[in-house]
Amino acid sequence: MSTTVFGDTWRYLTNAGNWRGDGKMLDLLLQQLLLSVSALVMALLIGLPIALWLGHLGRGGFLAVNISNIGRAVPTFALLALFVAADPWPWLPYFPGTREFGPYGRAGLSTMVALALFALPPIITNAYVAVREVPADVKQAADGMGMTGWQKFFRVELPLALPLVMSGIRLALVQVWATATLAALVAGPGLGLVITDGFYRTNYGKGIAGAVVVALVALVLEVLAALVQRGLDPLPRESSRNRKRRMSGGGPSVSADAGALGD
Amino acid sequence: MAASSAAGPSCYSRLTNEWICGQYFTNYRHELVDATVEHIQLTVVSVLLGVAIAFPLALLARSYPRLESTVLGVSTGIYTIPSLALLPLLVPFTGLSKETVVIGLALYALTILVRAILEGLRSVPDEVRESAVGLGYGAGRLLLKIELPLALPVIMAGLRVATVSTVALTTVGSLVSYGGLGNLIKDGVTTNFRAELFAAAALCVVLAIALDILIVLLQRALTPWTRGAQA
Repeated sequence: MSTTVFGDTWRYLTNAGNWRGDGKMLDLLLQQLLLSVSALVMALLIGLPIALWLGHLGRGGFLAVNISNIGRAVPTFALLALFVAADPWPWLPYFPGTREFGPYGRAGLSTMVALALFALPPIITNAYVAVREVPADVKQAADGMGMTGWQKFFRVELPLALPLVMSGIRLALVQVWATATLAALVAGPGLGLVITDGFYRTNYGKGIAGAVVVALVALVLEVLAALVQRGLDPLPRESSRNRKRRMSGGGPSVSADAGALGD
Repeated sequence: MAASSAAGPSCYSRLTNEWICGQYFTNYRHELVDATVEHIQLTVVSVLLGVAIAFPLALLARSYPRLESTVLGVSTGIYTIPSLALLPLLVPFTGLSKETVVIGLALYALTILVRAILEGLRSVPDEVRESAVGLGYGAGRLLLKIELPLALPVIMAGLRVATVSTVALTTVGSLVSYGGLGNLIKDGVTTNFRAELFAAAALCVVLAIALDILIVLLQRALTPWTRGAQA
């Protein structure tokens, strides 16, 4: 049985008719990309300034960690469902959206907000830890040079924290992209529609085809983000490896923890 | 309350459709309890299965450093598969069953757990390990009596994360109609039944927090020596 399913998957993927046109896979892929990226941008605009500032102050770690934990406990699906079922809020006229608002209507906007909330924990935790864990002697050196708080933040802490901040963003991006498929459960936009549609019609080949495309794009996003992250590292790869050897427990060791933090 | 139990429409009727409705809890108690029990079952079985697979994998990765990046890579790769996609991927093999949900959820828990177990074992100080070997501990006893207890705090932290995310992810199991509270959420959306939707969503969060607290208590009981240090 399984071989025929994968045969169906291959046939679905290689049929150009399934890619081009309204509501076909290419269209849905772009919808989901737009949705994921706008949700990520929203989360960055809200989360990054707070987390970086708290990290600079070295305070509020409790808050940062707990936001992250609570965020994990709230199922994205539940959040999405609550938004979709809600009345438009009178004090925020476009939320959760009228049926006409925005490119993808109410389900799309709800998804975007739910995804933005979902993206906050990894972004906040990593950014906070990144700035906080800049080695104390480097910070003292900056103070000793007479740098003001702003100068210290922008010239010393931020550049050193950037790789770890970026790894939080990278994690958030991939998770948001993957989770955006849930929009299909509330009839929202994106490739999730291919999956659920194939699934409900017991056309498993189609469902798996959708899943394969989502997973492939996730991999591409991951690789792209990793390249950006490498480019942002203020210390070239080789030297940061040496540095790690010399000062165990210093700044770079944090980056090894990044994955665990985000998970 | 008195008024609503009289002839007037209940607070979850089509007309009022309130979010928070006490009457819903009383009238639909059985449905809620059943869904919650199923949710707990699915979560606990999945996490336990995840632990059962993660342990040997972590031990393998530790003893063969060459395997480590492969194990971590594959488990991270699983994490990039969306939950909505993983379940349909499993259905041709396991059908519309609880097993499908459990396997899917266990795979996700696995990712977090393998990492946590590896990090936990690595957090054991080398000198402790060396003195144990010096005292004549063999590999098996070293692992069970020395390394595991010392690694517990880190492993338990991973277990907390895995459990809380599994509680949340279980809702997606509603796709194959074994989603515990997720089934109620899905039903609440499709029939625009707000009291049901809100109750199920709130119960999910409560469940996640309750299990989290339970694990913290378990950890305290298992590692009494850390209590003074943790503050």
